[in-house]
Amino acid sequence: MRKTILQGLLRRPLSEPPLALDDPDIVTLARDLDLVSQRKLGRGLSIRAIDAGSCNGCELEMHALGNAFYDLERFGLRFVASPRHADVLAATGIVTRNMREALLRTYAAMPHPKWVVAIGACARDGGLFAGSPVCEGGIGAVLPVDLWIAGCPPTPRDLLEGFLTLLQPRTAAVGSSRGEKSGRLAER
Amino acid sequence: MNPWDEFVSRLAAGATLLSLWGEPERVHLALLDGGAIRHLARDCPDHRYPSLGARFAQAIRLERSARDLYGLDPVGLADRRPWLDHGAAPHAYPFLPVEGEALHQIPVGPVHAGIIEPGHFRFTCDGETVVRLEARLGYVHRGVERLMAGAALAAAAKLAGRISGDSTVAYALAFAQAVEAALGVSPPPRAIWLRAIMAELERLANHLGDIGAICNDGGFSLMLSHCAILRERVLRAADACFGHRLMMDRVVPGGVAVDLASKGISALGALIAELHARFPALVTLYDLTASLQDRTNGTGILHADLARRFGAGGVIGRASGRDFDARRSPGYAPYDALAFTVPVLGEGDVNARIWIRIKEVEQSLGLLRQLLASLPPGAIATDLPSGPAGEGMALVEGFRGDIFLWLAIADGRVRHCHARDPSWLQWPLLEAAIEGNIIADFPLCNKSFNCSYAGHDL
Repeated sequence: MRKTILQGLLRRPLSEPPLALDDPDIVTLARDLDLVSQRKLGRGLSIRAIDAGSCNGCELEMHALGNAFYDLERFGLRFVASPRHADVLAATGIVTRNMREALLRTYAAMPHPKWVVAIGACARDGGLFAGSPVCEGGIGAVLPVDLWIAGCPPTPRDLLEGFLTLLQPRTAAVGSSRGEKSGRLAER
Repeated sequence: MNPWDEFVSRLAAGATLLSLWGEPERVHLALLDGGAIRHLARDCPDHRYPSLGARFAQAIRLERSARDLYGLDPVGLADRRPWLDHGAAPHAYPFLPVEGEALHQIPVGPVHAGIIEPGHFRFTCDGETVVRLEARLGYVHRGVERLMAGAALAAAAKLAGRISGDSTVAYALAFAQAVEAALGVSPPPRAIWLRAIMAELERLANHLGDIGAICNDGGFSLMLSHCAILRERVLRAADACFGHRLMMDRVVPGGVAVDLASKGISALGALIAELHARFPALVTLYDLTASLQDRTNGTGILHADLARRFGAGGVIGRASGRDFDARRSPGYAPYDALAFTVPVLGEGDVNARIWIRIKEVEQSLGLLRQLLASLPPGAIATDLPSGPAGEGMALVEGFRGDIFLWLAIADGRVRHCHARDPSWLQWPLLEAAIEGNIIADFPLCNKSFNCSYAGHDL
């Protein structure tokens, strides 16, 4: 074990340089979102993940955020175990009828101020599962969504960019590496 | 003897139940009998059929689901509770009664303390010892079968790839194989090879992630950190080769959607070299860390008899003495042309499930090397005939075990499609494996099973 730890200390870190959130080819997020969230949150963001009906693809990429390459904690971002400790609800999937109640209760358990980030194609409008008679629709059908991160699933880079826009003072925006644009949901 | 009774007698004689599923006014049964898949459909105009679950416990949840989805009543099944349909009063679900003065219950979920899919676990404990676990699933029931019915093949293939995102290649492969069987087409050899490359990459990524995550649930995060690096390397190689980290929508009916360029081949070569250089040290680290071994050895034992009766697939079955791998038997191309062994252990504990994964990582690396060395040239897809109707089945070995998929095609569209995740036959066994363990070992046991919620809930 000692050898593994020593090697880890001696090798160059794998963490990638911080993202530059200045891609011009992206949707511009509403300025007030950034200002408000930055003033309230400072430089830290506690995220509570909830799967409202995902295929688990988005969960895999959220897990990847913790690996040495993305290392999300260096940005002040962390996933927390309880909604009572969370600033942000990161919700994935179409909302199934069977998860509606749990989603509402999780949101209700979070202290104010709070934000909802919908993650992935299903979370926006149901994606491929839209129209299912046993589902409610996207996250926005049940909760007020502040930010949507595009992708099926979004890559860890997409996710990082999305979460960081909540913390950046500039008017930043989120783009997906897969072409589709993330952004603040129109209906909000 | 009528065909249904004959199937039941084969089950009693030791055949494996692959799945039981419904359609409006019809119930289907599939068995694995002597290495061959046998399928039977039985019309139920009165929405009734004799229950298998009354005799074979592995069929109970499948029958409860067919009742929820299609109103088919399994006559003789004592358990009248719904399963996938939580209905209008989701809190009124009656868990099995437990009696005893010293016992207490711990409800966990559906929302768990990590980035985990939703499901409810009701523990009954005597002190710290779990005397019963009863799971309640169905929270991520999205109505996959209903969405599949009537869908165009291309749209249905995408849906199949999102039944369980971690097994997207295996599901897309099962769907494609079933479509090809129904329409009587065969994909070109290069497509078959590329599919296997994707399938082995998916197995590698998931096994590496699981090995790290199980150790992490034993309180040893060093393994998770290192395994997560290797998993990320696999996903990046997949992205470089096929343009998507999880390789979603890359396997399509008729072939594959993207070819492997020379850039991708060199990325795979570098990945194999990296894993060869790094993985053995992690195996040693696992093997020589006594505090971790103390957690994994003898924990969460699944007895071989139960694994066999339930037909537990994948790592779970193979760690409990069930020598089965769908790549070998019934088998499908190109694995008949490749050399690999199927690791089997008898202990059935968390440690055995980790070791099966370790050995399968090594096997997948060997398979990738062979696949790259023998990759045939040529087309990557063949056109599907439009119009004909038919039925097809597939049994594909995903990282979690064998995925069974049956579909019927009419007028170029899916008439009905049923996919049985390996988790259907594994979730009930988790309840048996945890019995008598301390509750603090549940995360360890659960992660070593790593059943799919989405794949099960459909």
